Amino acid sequence: MKVSVIITLKKDVLDPQGKVIHQTLDGMGYKDIEEVRQGKYFEIYTKENDLKKAKDKVEEMCKKLLANLVIENYKIIDVQ
Amino acid sequence: MKSSVITFPGSNCDRDMDVALKKFGFKNKMIWHDDLELPKSDLVVLPGGFSYGDYLRCGSMASKSKIMKSVINFAKSGGLIIGVCNGFQILVESGLVPGVLLRNKYLEFICKNVFVKINNKQNSYFKNINNNVLEFHIAHNEGNYFCTDDQLKEIEDNEQVAINYCNKEGRIEDQFNPNGSIKNIAGIFNKEKNILGMMPHPERMIDPSLSGEDGSLFFKNLINNLK
Repeated sequence: MKVSVIITLKKDVLDPQGKVIHQTLDGMGYKDIEEVRQGKYFEIYTKENDLKKAKDKVEEMCKKLLANLVIENYKIIDVQ
Repeated sequence: MKSSVITFPGSNCDRDMDVALKKFGFKNKMIWHDDLELPKSDLVVLPGGFSYGDYLRCGSMASKSKIMKSVINFAKSGGLIIGVCNGFQILVESGLVPGVLLRNKYLEFICKNVFVKINNKQNSYFKNINNNVLEFHIAHNEGNYFCTDDQLKEIEDNEQVAINYCNKEGRIEDQFNPNGSIKNIAGIFNKEKNILGMMPHPERMIDPSLSGEDGSLFFKNLINNLK
């Protein structure tokens, strides 16, 4: 089973990399961008066959390691 | 006085710390991250470096190392722990001190001497030290201290701010903040003040011919406080 997770910075946390990407895109002519926020994406392949159990386990992993909840949010976007 | 310096894969200030601790009278042991037990210690140091190549988030992998269970138990029993630079990042990732260390505000790796003002002397680290301002060295990419508003209130209410970036005269202002840290915070304590996490490296300031001696003041004072 594959579980896909995205991790994003919380709204009020400064994202200097996102800012630089925004500036670069702007310089390339993409003038309509309001903001860019950079995040992380994980694909976790597990032997677990139960959809709910797999999701719960990955949620636990997010809380314990994958995300730092002081600054980041996680979202499990797909389990298949 | 016995000290232990933990070496993680990618630590690179562990031997400097060993030299500094021994110079000021500690009997130091180097401990490998994969060990399960800490030897009997009066002080544990998590050194600087790039543990696990800074993968995922700086310090996040090291905070789950085998030895860290023993370090966390040592912390809970009131043992003294210093985390310097990457060691500070490991402390925040372990939840031993509050907050996180983000990428530096201007995206530069910063390597220079800075001045820090001691904010709280009611602890084993800074008690009896005469100076109010110390010159230390910083070398980091992720030293931008951040915490939530609620955490900041708690940190300030409990007087957990250890040191702030300042100028030579001890003025704490935005222009002397090298990395964007909230309130110029360079180092903090846990609530009980037995754990000190800081970005600056005192172990790089122990020899007048190479740097300065404010690190010597720090270590001499520390060992005297522990005796």
